[in-house]
Amino acid sequence: MSDNTLNARQTIDAAKRNFLKAGAKATAAIAVVTLAPGVTLYSVGAKAAVTGPATSERRWGMLIDATAPGDIWDIAVDACKAEQGWGGGNNPATDPQWIRKVSVKDPKTGAKATLPVMCQHCENPPCVDVCPTGASMKRADGIVLVDKHICIGCRYCMMACPYSCRSFVHEDVTGQKPHMPRGKGTVESCTLCVHRIDKGQLPACVEAVTNAGSDAMLFGDLNDPNSDISRAVSQYVTQRIRQDLGVEPSVHYRGI
Amino acid sequence: MRSATKFLSLAVLGFAMLMGGLASPTNAGEVPRPNPAKAFKGTQCVEPVDVMRREHMNFLTHQRDETLREGIRGQKYSLNECIDCHAVTSPDVMDGKVRTLKPFCAECHSYAAVSIDCFQCHTGAAAPGNGQTSPSLPTSALPNGHPAVAVPTTEGETAQ
Repeated sequence: MSDNTLNARQTIDAAKRNFLKAGAKATAAIAVVTLAPGVTLYSVGAKAAVTGPATSERRWGMLIDATAPGDIWDIAVDACKAEQGWGGGNNPATDPQWIRKVSVKDPKTGAKATLPVMCQHCENPPCVDVCPTGASMKRADGIVLVDKHICIGCRYCMMACPYSCRSFVHEDVTGQKPHMPRGKGTVESCTLCVHRIDKGQLPACVEAVTNAGSDAMLFGDLNDPNSDISRAVSQYVTQRIRQDLGVEPSVHYRGI
Repeated sequence: MRSATKFLSLAVLGFAMLMGGLASPTNAGEVPRPNPAKAFKGTQCVEPVDVMRREHMNFLTHQRDETLREGIRGQKYSLNECIDCHAVTSPDVMDGKVRTLKPFCAECHSYAAVSIDCFQCHTGAAAPGNGQTSPSLPTSALPNGHPAVAVPTTEGETAQ
């Protein structure tokens, strides 16, 4: 049902109700004026600064420099925990984990690297393909999210994710952040700090790493050829994890 | 004979019902009518009160999809702004030190026996910067004599 249809129906319902009540005494005025069917004016509560919707003109992505000192990723993980309110559980096997520090080593050469792994925000996300309810979804600007309103907690997406980046919430959650509702029985993962991006801010991990004086994480619009990240990915040889799968992640890495 | 017995039993039953009604204090079995607290701040809601009472769930459900799935932010209805104005203190939540929305909602919802599960995930607690258009509110201090206090709840609350 479109917005206008919904508003018109509400207006009509309110008008009917008020007509029935009008015999006794005048009721509270409805501050809604219907100009024509489907066209409604509201006179109260009008707010400025409605932003969005997200469009496919943007494609948010990240470039991570895995040659940076490994300590920096602890800052990123801690920033994510603080921003989104996860962590602090005492059951490492099942506690939700939105971003993790991974150390890799080439067994032939002995070369090592440390990198953070979080939701890769794929162009063709397998988690979205398999979701039976439509809860697992990709926004127009490429951010992959879980709509927890309709997530039934089946965990099919966790099976499908090649990066093991989704977590199931096994236990009751309290003290959630106002911008990040979390609850038992749903699946969750990195949201790329969508609430911050929509306000024009950087994701919390990128901001924390940048504030620590490192340029190991770069965030921006991959569709904009003049953005820092687009210039960087065209300048350096970058890699995405398991590129062979064809899921087209938007998180790029250097030095792995 | 048979009809007389029937009449007698009916009369006894009626008398018992009458006495039962008289013996109990007035409306003892009746659930008290809900009495939600006044708004913490502001005098004008985003819609008139009667519209809000009937349609708030539609406003919230409709807009949550637009916010989450389409990325439209800053629209008219916002759960966080509900919290800004309507969250109340309750002795069951953090010893009444934090304003939270759930007791306000529960006031009518428990009367109408309508279960809400918003607060299984959403925090109902007022925090600085909850609503997008309102200035920061204190999380603990309430103005003296403010009406938004201690709505009793029947449900158990977990500290938020």
